[in-house]
Amino acid sequence: MQEALFQYLLRLGDDSLILGQRLAEWCGHGPILEEDIALTNISLDLIGQATSVLHYAGEVEGKGRDGDKLAFLRYENEYVNALLVEQPNGHFGDTLMRQFFFDAFRKPLFERLIHSKDKQLSAIAEKSLKETRYHLKHSSEWVIRLGDGTEESHEKIQASVEQLMRYTAELFYEDAVDEHLQQQGIACSLIEIKNEWDKTVKEVFHEATLKFPDNNWKFEGGRLGRHSEYMGFILSDLQYMQRAYPNMEW
Amino acid sequence: MKNLSNEELEKRFQEKIDKDIKIEPNDWMPDAYRKSLIRQISQHAHSEVVGMLPEGNWITRAPNLRRKAVLLAKVQDEAGHGLYLYSACETLGANREQTIDDMHEGKAKYSSIFNYPAVTWADMGAVGWLVDGAAIMNQVALCRTSYGPYARAMVKICKEESFHQRQGYEILTTLCRGTPQQKAMAQDALNRFWWPSLMMFGPSDAESPNSEQSIRWKIKRFTNDELRQQFVDASVPQADILGLTIPDNNLKWNEERQHYDFGEINWDEFWQVLEGNGPCNKERINARKAAKENGEWVRNAALAFAEKRALRKTA
Repeated sequence: MQEALFQYLLRLGDDSLILGQRLAEWCGHGPILEEDIALTNISLDLIGQATSVLHYAGEVEGKGRDGDKLAFLRYENEYVNALLVEQPNGHFGDTLMRQFFFDAFRKPLFERLIHSKDKQLSAIAEKSLKETRYHLKHSSEWVIRLGDGTEESHEKIQASVEQLMRYTAELFYEDAVDEHLQQQGIACSLIEIKNEWDKTVKEVFHEATLKFPDNNWKFEGGRLGRHSEYMGFILSDLQYMQRAYPNMEW
Repeated sequence: MKNLSNEELEKRFQEKIDKDIKIEPNDWMPDAYRKSLIRQISQHAHSEVVGMLPEGNWITRAPNLRRKAVLLAKVQDEAGHGLYLYSACETLGANREQTIDDMHEGKAKYSSIFNYPAVTWADMGAVGWLVDGAAIMNQVALCRTSYGPYARAMVKICKEESFHQRQGYEILTTLCRGTPQQKAMAQDALNRFWWPSLMMFGPSDAESPNSEQSIRWKIKRFTNDELRQQFVDASVPQADILGLTIPDNNLKWNEERQHYDFGEINWDEFWQVLEGNGPCNKERINARKAAKENGEWVRNAALAFAEKRALRKTA
């Protein structure tokens, strides 16, 4: 049970960590100052979530690793975030589409994890849900604005859909880890969440006048530690200080 | 009011200033006062926004989760300060986008300190301690500035800035208690940021073209040299506590003046950086220009969307 819970928490924590890291790259480069504030704010929420989840994962593992050790000192194939969150920021529309797909997954997930039999996970979900509601509101509003804005913005964000949709199936990846924890009442079924995600995406796409891609080929592997070429570069920034100056307090 | 001569209006304006009554957006004010404020407030806003770049550059490399979160929150505060200040500027009839374009074209300045590179993690400490520290010296004085919206924005900004300064100092405290490598990193950051921080107070009073009038209008309440002296006096004991050495051989306590004497600033460097020849001037401006250009389609889309929605509502 502990091993399954540890893996589950890593998946949850790594999604937040890597997306928070990606969003931080926007800092100072947003299309308007208000969005610089919004994107750093979302990044801050995600880093906060990663901190509580990974810290708890360290406790569950019981080998003396804390949140920082887990965040900064694993090898690439030990990170188990979904491939979606490591995709590059691209332009503002790419970033917001990635965010929308993610938020539409996280909101129903946290809504269910509030009822987890694991008290700490439930508390983390409760706090994270409040944040995620805002994130989803923000990202869906932008998807609609860009989709139904100008011809140029419509084309750009439609291309973001084509590029990113293939990474979304992995958000609902389930294996023995999930099955085990679902039986204990700790984790929830991702199939239900997928239905809700489909509904949200359909509604927002309709309002944004966006189309689903014809090709529904999908990529996965992140949950098992198999990443895209981008991951190594993310980690070389993330881990730079801890690798260059090992065993120091900061 | 219409019948009053300009001379009479100016007299009444100066009387208000002398009585410490705040000037508000709809009050009559001399054109030169308005222009001077627009210049100062917009430059202050630009400094907040450009200042996000050297620190933003370190968020992805922050050494642990807590530092990453604190740095994110700090840079976010700076963007917020930029917003307040642009709004204060708009109360004077300035156009936010126009003032930003002026900066991109080199017509408006921002604080030169951000034209120096942030190359190590210790720089995040030095920027907080010295750069935000110097900014606070200026800004505390500005909380009593004569223009109401600017003074009120400053009260809020100062609260956050003093938090920033403490967190910068805390980064350096941790480094100075750490390994010899970490302490050397802190000393190196102080060596690079000390003199540029002193330059933040602007040219010496003798060389400062805008100072005298600004003081008479109570836009500024202290001269550049007075504030610089306050900053040196406050920083020396703080460096002592850290066990770091301020890179100035002429720095020593003057019993008679009850202030520290300090060496001469390299004014050639000051004017060169101000003219655009600092280590990062081009990088900073290019980054801001790129943000504006790359975001144009996004802003256009937001406008087009808002117009469409408004039409649908009235239809």
